Amino acid sequence: MYSNKITDHGTPARPSTQQVTLQIDGLAVTVPAGTSVLRAAAEAGIRIPKLCATESLEAFGSCRLCLVEIEGRKGYPASCTTPCEQGMQVRTQTPKLASLRRNTMELYISDHPLDCLTCPANGNCELQDMAGAVGLREVRYGFAGKNHLAEPADASNPYFSYDPSKCIVCSRCVRACDEVQGTFALTVAGRGFQSRIAPGPTDFLHSECVSCGACVKACPTATLMEKTVAAHGQPDRAVVTTCAYCGVGCSFRAEVKGSQVVRMVPHHDGKANHGHSCVKGRFAWGYATHPDRLQKPRIRQRITDPWREVSWEQAIAYAAGELRRIQQQHGRGAVGAITSSRCTNEETYLVQKLVRGAFGNNNVDTCARVCHSPTGYGLRQTLGESAGTQDFDSVAHTDCVIVIGANPTAGHPVFAARLKQRLRQGAHLIVIDPRRIELVRTPHVAADFHLQLRPGTNVAVLDALAHTIVTEGLQREDYVRARCDVAEYEKWLAFIRQPRNSPEALQAVTGVPAELVRGAARLFAGVRNGAIYYGLGVTEHSQGSTTVMAIANLAMLTGNLGRPGVGVNPLRGQNNVQGSCDMGSFPHEFPGYRHVSDPAVRGLFERHWGVRLDHEPGLRLPNMFDAALGGSFKGLYVQGEDVVQSDPDTQHVQQAMESLECLIVQDLFMNETAKYAHVVLPGSSFLEKDGTFTNAERRISRVTRVMPPLAGKADWEVTVALAKALGYPMDYQHPEQIMAEIALLTPTFRGVTYEKLERLGSVQWPCNEEAPDGTPVLHERQFVRGKGRFVVTEYVPTDAHTNASYPLILTTGRILSQYNVGTQTRRTANNVWYAEDLLEIHPADAEPRGVRDGEFVVLKSRKGETTLRAVVTERIQPGVVYTTFHHPESGANVVITENSDWATNCPEYKVTAVEVTKAAAPASSWQQRFGEFGKAQESLRPGSEG
Amino acid sequence: MNRKKLVTMANQIAAFFAAEPDHSVAVAGVAGHLQRYWEPRMRREVYAVLDGGGEHGLSPLVVEALVAHRASLEPARP
Repeated sequence: MYSNKITDHGTPARPSTQQVTLQIDGLAVTVPAGTSVLRAAAEAGIRIPKLCATESLEAFGSCRLCLVEIEGRKGYPASCTTPCEQGMQVRTQTPKLASLRRNTMELYISDHPLDCLTCPANGNCELQDMAGAVGLREVRYGFAGKNHLAEPADASNPYFSYDPSKCIVCSRCVRACDEVQGTFALTVAGRGFQSRIAPGPTDFLHSECVSCGACVKACPTATLMEKTVAAHGQPDRAVVTTCAYCGVGCSFRAEVKGSQVVRMVPHHDGKANHGHSCVKGRFAWGYATHPDRLQKPRIRQRITDPWREVSWEQAIAYAAGELRRIQQQHGRGAVGAITSSRCTNEETYLVQKLVRGAFGNNNVDTCARVCHSPTGYGLRQTLGESAGTQDFDSVAHTDCVIVIGANPTAGHPVFAARLKQRLRQGAHLIVIDPRRIELVRTPHVAADFHLQLRPGTNVAVLDALAHTIVTEGLQREDYVRARCDVAEYEKWLAFIRQPRNSPEALQAVTGVPAELVRGAARLFAGVRNGAIYYGLGVTEHSQGSTTVMAIANLAMLTGNLGRPGVGVNPLRGQNNVQGSCDMGSFPHEFPGYRHVSDPAVRGLFERHWGVRLDHEPGLRLPNMFDAALGGSFKGLYVQGEDVVQSDPDTQHVQQAMESLECLIVQDLFMNETAKYAHVVLPGSSFLEKDGTFTNAERRISRVTRVMPPLAGKADWEVTVALAKALGYPMDYQHPEQIMAEIALLTPTFRGVTYEKLERLGSVQWPCNEEAPDGTPVLHERQFVRGKGRFVVTEYVPTDAHTNASYPLILTTGRILSQYNVGTQTRRTANNVWYAEDLLEIHPADAEPRGVRDGEFVVLKSRKGETTLRAVVTERIQPGVVYTTFHHPESGANVVITENSDWATNCPEYKVTAVEVTKAAAPASSWQQRFGEFGKAQESLRPGSEG
Repeated sequence: MNRKKLVTMANQIAAFFAAEPDHSVAVAGVAGHLQRYWEPRMRREVYAVLDGGGEHGLSPLVVEALVAHRASLEPARP
């Protein structure tokens, strides 16, 4: 039988340069000082029975199974809480120890049901194993006495059950929730015999539990158990792969029975997540086999025609024919494509190659356009590389963290857990955000400063921070003068010193009291290691790129780049958005961020691809929509994106889609964009293909096929077929060959091979001759561009101004349980936590409008209006409202304007002038049209009665 | 292409580079940005706006960049 037991050394490793040598059962063992006896024994291959100890948690010493004898010491100390000492002589197996352990096990089993044969943990139960290990043969106490065997199970959580009758109160779940996740949702309620694990005075579903699964993973019995294991039984094999949700890129062991996923368990050796997970990656993978999955290609001539299911060959031939017809009629530049940040590196590479090689233009873009394109631009301009500077482990060395425009506990929960661990150890925290995000105050974590700025004033706040540091002489002048372009620095100094950049002068603009800005600046400049983490609250503004450059300025000014514990850390949104950018998905860049106008680079690709390549930049996503409405852009191939739901000014996007003569959508589901398509090609989930993802820390990790593609083709195979039909054959038999081509043509990927990824687990680019095992921290000796470049960052107010008609500012974001446009998570039980998008409004704004909690309200901007339910909360500041865009019928993006970042066209999702009024009906006119269009499209699906 | 939108976008670029104290660097910055990131039909449209005269709405810095760098910025007719 397959065993899913991972080698567990019982207590965490203790990194130390000092080594100690001891004798365990007569065997000499040398370990770092501070290592527990339990771990030292495990490392030497000596297994000491244990129940409450596990490697991911600090030793607790409660189960009394790991007792040992130590020469010269009285009693029987727990080996988990006893650190090794030089010369120590330890015995792990003696008649007395055996007797003590057996007695202890006997007591445990006297209050545990003997239903092993029907227990879902049968075969993978630590309690069962320990009973065997200690040689338990009888339970002398019987079961007639007082026990917990009749306690009812709590099945309220959709993904796991809690059966207290099986609980041994080892506290591993409580400690996992505290130490690993940092939510502190669980406790041991009662004392003595009454002691029970409790998620507060309620059930799991309604508790503060965030369903990260850490408690379930830690449980040594079947007390906390995945419902899928109970349903399907124990798995028969495991495949290591990478999560397809956020940019943290957690490594998972997909535990499988045949081709049925039984559960996803966070991989202990995963370098991004170190064995931790969130509710999405751990549990919300059921969408992969949801009945809504597209399984056959479809075509139609007009979007009012019924769909026809056809073979792959027919669909590909039709799509290729239409693309060529459009190019013949409207010109080479009349078609383009959108690569998917949810697909693999190899797949995005192929789509941009298809555009450049077969379409003959550079009209390729990706969803990074609408999220982190300003990161690429801003970091390139200042530091020389379009990527975050650190690995996630870096946060463990940080003394002060600035979190600006990010909500990690919702968007990047596994990183947030690491961050909270560091904050609980004493690191300082500065939050810059219009909302009171969870990190501002959460159990055992409180921000030193919360600069609750007005949306759209990031640059002003960052300039004010830098002004304070410079005018108070707190900058690292030695670092700056050694590492940065001094002439550019002097120019920037002259700008930033101006009194108009002071916190006092900008207070009226930002809404942040000057003394708070000064305090935060002094704190950040005064620590040894300061790190900045940011998200879309930085980039999705008309000054998104300027804000990124202001962040880089601040990091250089304080000497916080080039070593662990510091850095500029963009928290990337989608699983492979970093990778899709690396792979040349932008219309002005080849893979490796090299501009299409560079003749040497172009020549390199021309030689390898065997075609002439365009030297002009192509259309960006919003430009494609405008060109479509202008009549010069007629054909679009969209792989794994849903622009109709995700992009701003929904009605504008819908009109652009309607104007296309051929829209090809490749996706798992009939998403909102597919309703406007002429060709639909079934996509494949991350479980159905091989490849790689690159996460926010530049970490390239393998994606490994777990089950065959439901529709018969992995996404890369579809692109290969389309290219062939267009007369541009691509000869790949496996994604490994695609990666070999990427490595050949991309200097930062030159050393990447599948063999290396499998050997090392993952690597962070640059991975090449200079760094064969990858690069955890960028800019160590010098910046990638040579000297760091300070850029003048003048605050320019957004055009999204409020007035009497639109007096409120709308800002948007996301929540923990839903992901992006919800295509995946809405098809899972995660809906139990967030079944509709809600509008947060402050009581001071709700009261004069007569808006009460839970009522429908109309949200109206200069672009459109929609209706959704209100949540009255002080989490948002007066004058600002907040919503999410996880549900298409909510239409949050209907009200977002076409305003965008000056440098990259990244939409200004975070600032829209709006008004909120009580709703007379639960649906706006747009929502009514949306519903009618959806019904009409449903009637056109294959097999529909029409 | 929506010319009004292109004018707004061009003026946004100019608003960033206007902070550059060396005016010639600011002009080159605007031109360079249009060259590197704007697809030819967008550049063609913005020249059509400029050449159309009247109240085109382009900021002086954009106009200066378009005029000074016309040879490299204006794409050939397709």
